[in-house]
Amino acid sequence: MAEIRVQNLQKKFGEFTAVNDLSFTIPDKSFFCLLGPSGCGKTTTLRMIAGLELPSSGSIFLGGEDVAFRRASERDIAFVFQLFALYPHMNVRQNIGFPLLCQRVPSREVMRRVEETAKLLRIDHVLDRPVSALAGGDRQRVALGRAIVRRPLVFLMDEPLGTLDTEFRDLMCEELRRLHDRIQATTVYVTHDQLEAMSMADYIAIMNRGAIEQLGTPQAIYDRPATTFVAEFVGSPAMNLIPVPASLAQGSTSVEISGARIDIPETREPALNGHFILGARPEHIQFDDASKFRGEVFGTEYLGTTQIVTVSIAQGQVKARIPASVKVIAGEQVGLSLMSERLSVFDKVTGRAIRSALHEGGAHG
Amino acid sequence: MAEVLLNGISKSFAAAAAVSDLSLAIADGEFFVLLGPTGAGKTTTLRLIAGLEKADAGSISIAGRAVDGREPAARDVAFVFQQFALYPHLSVFDNLAFPLRSPAQRMPEDKIKIRVHEIAELLRIASKLGNKSTQLSGGEMQRVAIGRALVRRPSIYLMDEPLSSLDAKLRSDLRLELKRIQRELGATILYVTHDQTEAMTMADRIGVISQGRLIQVGAPRDVYENPQSIYVAQRLGQPQINLLPAGLLPTGPLPAGTRTIGARTEHIVIERSKKGEAVVDWIEHLGDQNRLHVMLGESRLTALITPDAKFQPNDHVSLRLVDPLCFDAAGERIT
Repeated sequence: MAEIRVQNLQKKFGEFTAVNDLSFTIPDKSFFCLLGPSGCGKTTTLRMIAGLELPSSGSIFLGGEDVAFRRASERDIAFVFQLFALYPHMNVRQNIGFPLLCQRVPSREVMRRVEETAKLLRIDHVLDRPVSALAGGDRQRVALGRAIVRRPLVFLMDEPLGTLDTEFRDLMCEELRRLHDRIQATTVYVTHDQLEAMSMADYIAIMNRGAIEQLGTPQAIYDRPATTFVAEFVGSPAMNLIPVPASLAQGSTSVEISGARIDIPETREPALNGHFILGARPEHIQFDDASKFRGEVFGTEYLGTTQIVTVSIAQGQVKARIPASVKVIAGEQVGLSLMSERLSVFDKVTGRAIRSALHEGGAHG
Repeated sequence: MAEVLLNGISKSFAAAAAVSDLSLAIADGEFFVLLGPTGAGKTTTLRLIAGLEKADAGSISIAGRAVDGREPAARDVAFVFQQFALYPHLSVFDNLAFPLRSPAQRMPEDKIKIRVHEIAELLRIASKLGNKSTQLSGGEMQRVAIGRALVRRPSIYLMDEPLSSLDAKLRSDLRLELKRIQRELGATILYVTHDQTEAMTMADRIGVISQGRLIQVGAPRDVYENPQSIYVAQRLGQPQINLLPAGLLPTGPLPAGTRTIGARTEHIVIERSKKGEAVVDWIEHLGDQNRLHVMLGESRLTALITPDAKFQPNDHVSLRLVDPLCFDAAGERIT
């Protein structure tokens, strides 16, 4: 049982509050991502779970026990940094076996567990090679092997794929997730890359300025962002945020932008300070000649299956994701229609999502 | 601005060939992207053009003049490096003005002022001209670094992964900006990257490079839709193209000699069917789209589906391919 429960965790460096009154629970055996921009407190949080940093206050329960002020070595965890750090003078077998040797595991047992780990990672055929003779992918697997050979209850990973080429990163994301499914150890993974988080995590906690802005499944966060910060941070391109200078009564089912009426999920609370923000994902904007909501094509980005079209409108720019087969020319006037049941509405001042029919039923979660 | 011609250039470091017999014509005003993995010879090619390396064989001409043997400063090129290095003690204005104040340029100060303001407007950093360069965000610093190349009007801009050190959001903003600026200036740019998205979205033409050799050159849509080999097909498209043995799935008649079928998402028709031989392995949620991973015997296939498509792991599905790409035993395309 390796549930991790963080309660009222706080960390200050002098006057600066890096982590502010954080509380969340990571279920046993789940893959949990802490996602956020640099400086949001995600690495500090991870280091406190690892025991590499002591909290200013608060508790961290690991399998029911408060370990917040225990030494790192007294917690049953493995920490994976940038995956590439291997001992160059040792071969693959020695590299993977090293953590066990440090724990004075008998050599026969070390042998057995190294081979078992190597099989799991499909590197058992290179065990006796020097690590310098390995291709990039295999080196990465060796580094991973060194972390999992101890079979800890919890894995903590801090941007382990940060330095890789995109193509290789996709591959490693998939392998990490598959590995997790096989060994089922609770994993806490820190990244600033939303695509990594989306593709691997069971749950994502999005952090900003030392606090969690939203915690949920990847799809829930994507479909129903709790704040404009989350809306912009998750998704590539980001959610389009269109400012509208009007108040919105509770029970509204449509809004007006530049004289065009746009239906929205019925609101369950008002936005009364004269401004709100309409949020639309790029794939929920379509071209529609009949629409009164119009703009001029600023540029297109061809991506193969789809293309991203940037359209200048009175309120700024919006990006639409449409099939690559549609011909679009820069400078062209186009009408836009928005997929009503998928739209978000945010309070302009607080940035928080206005509750609406979108948040009920969770039909798309 | 001018045409740049590379004619059979080669460069080796000790025994390792970095660039082999590379020929390429970059047209005036063209945005040309060299796409390849680490170690493919992209940066060496840039450095050969800039005169930072000397070619073992072949010739390079810029704007109709052979530049072989000329000093970098005499080649009329501007280089933007991957790691931006600004002068920390200078303001943004002085950083931008620096290349124009070099003795080789001899530009009068009033002209410098006009040019710097022009470029700052273009890069949307005009309000930051008085700032120290250390008071900028990462994205602003990189704009200044690009701006420092843009203030000059060289025959060609050489850019070595200038966006790779930025975070995802900034990178996507700057991609569009850089393309816009290039159009507005009518600049000739040779840009190297390992990021296929950058290549696809910015290039007029892409050159796919591998082990020092140029493998295919064409417009992004052309290279994506008509790759000449499996290697090129795998470099473009996310998720990566599926490669299947010929005959595994119904496709209609195939050209003689087909060994491998290349199927992109748009070539695959997936339907849930109790009698289907393929089984859904897992579903990767990316928000806007989901990736469906399907097992068919020993083969794996990945396709994009919309989040609304209700597939579950272990569902049986039937697969059909429409106009997929065909490759022979050597991995070359056949049509």
